[in-house]
Amino acid sequence: MAEIRADREVCVGAGMCALTAPELFDQDDEDGRVVVLVTRPEAELRERAREAVRLCPSGALSLSEEA
Amino acid sequence: MTTEPLTFPLANAGPFDPPSELMAMREGRPIAPLRLPDGRLGWVVVRRATVRSVLADPRFSARQELRGNLSPSGGSLPPAPPGMFIGMDPPDHTHYRHLLTGQFTVRRMRQLTARIEQLAEEHLDRMAAAGPPVDLVATYARPIPAMVICELLGVPDEFRERFGQQVAELSRQDATPEEQQRTLVGILTYLGELVREKRSTPTDDLLGGLVVDGAGLTDEELTNLAFMLLGAGLDTTANMLGLGTLALLAHPEQIPVITNPDTVDNAVEELLRYLAIVPGTLRTALEDVEVEGVTVRAGETVMVSLPVANRDPERFADPDTLDLTRQTSGHVAFGHGVHQCLGQQLARVEMRVAFPALFRRFPTLRLAVPQEEVPLRDEMLIFGVHRLPVTWED
Ligand code: HEM
Ligand code: SF4
Repeated sequence: MAEIRADREVCVGAGMCALTAPELFDQDDEDGRVVVLVTRPEAELRERAREAVRLCPSGALSLSEEA
Repeated sequence: MTTEPLTFPLANAGPFDPPSELMAMREGRPIAPLRLPDGRLGWVVVRRATVRSVLADPRFSARQELRGNLSPSGGSLPPAPPGMFIGMDPPDHTHYRHLLTGQFTVRRMRQLTARIEQLAEEHLDRMAAAGPPVDLVATYARPIPAMVICELLGVPDEFRERFGQQVAELSRQDATPEEQQRTLVGILTYLGELVREKRSTPTDDLLGGLVVDGAGLTDEELTNLAFMLLGAGLDTTANMLGLGTLALLAHPEQIPVITNPDTVDNAVEELLRYLAIVPGTLRTALEDVEVEGVTVRAGETVMVSLPVANRDPERFADPDTLDLTRQTSGHVAFGHGVHQCLGQQLARVEMRVAFPALFRRFPTLRLAVPQEEVPLRDEMLIFGVHRLPVTWED
């Protein structure tokens, strides 16, 4: 099961995640920081999740992938 | 391999080509010594992977007092004044940035689409009324981002024109340092007045929001924040629109990709990747750091070349070709790390509206002069075109 983690203290609100994978990420209306919509993405969304993790500029996102 | 250091500034090799010395580094020379304008010796890196790792590394600082001044006047810089977080490190940087991120989200910026469409149409009407030829920079590329940022900040209507002129003055080619200084003081004075006005009568805009939301910001901090947004958001977007139009006119077969609503988003990303608007940014090592097999010593400054990283063949096939349909994700035109552009979602919306609107209104748009005669901003920190004379069939 893969699980997305987001560190809201590290997030700089650049919005790359919400732009790259809007099904998985949103931004808080008040502070612009990441909101994870789906913590455990289905298999078909996992590559998008990985891409969002790679593109996040601040290193706020991670995806733990267990077999 | 030569050991002569390169010297900043390096001239772009053409309107669409980053400096040839840096492009040549893609052939097995990922880091090279670079002489900065103040005479200090630093480094330049060009691979996308290296650029990203330097920008994401907390051992590299963005504090402006640690690095040389990039502008031709040289000299060292004082620490960033309160509020100017582009030249600060976490936690100071984070404190200010978090106060603004809520205003620049993907959703909020998309909500501005209709208003930006309206602004674009108004400026196109004026262009049509004036009749060809016109300078696209003065009539379209510059005013749209200026109007948008004025509305966002809450600059009242009656000041916009004068204010826009002052801001345009800042990037005039022939201004003396004294004139520039006078313009700068004029803008800061005006923004200071605006901040005090917002305090007494808060309005529903970015500055109005910041004075009331209890963030505890001083007038000086607010003035500097506003100034930074102007400084970072105007020339960049304006030059993307100006130089982007030149690129599209040079590749007219690709114009339908940008006017098509299904493909415009990707087309804009490819223009961001391809055009060398922001030549790079600087970071200073806080301790010795290994970069590409070289030890960058504590105190040494590294310039990361965003345009050459965007032409990295490891990420982008045939990188020197403009292809509005290619897979563009992962470009670094907005930087990387905690300073990645705060205004990127706004810039995206502005470009997604302004390019298609222009080519839909004037399908026969073309240059009014030979391409070689379009004046390039070779001497400016933000690259682009000074003027773009265009014409069309009436
Ligand atoms: C296409 C247009 C734009 C480009 C290419 C661009 C590019 C960049 C780049 C490369 C950086 C990183 C600088 C560094 O790491 O030292 C940056 C930062 C920044 N940009 Fe933009 N920008 C654009 C438009 C805008 C707009 C429209 C705004 C605001 C209204 C804006 C506001 C900022 C701010 C405030 C920062 C500093 C962020 C920080 O230090 O955390 N930019 N931009
Ligand atoms: S991409 Fe990273 S920094 Fe940007 S909003 Fe998402 S989590 Fe935050």
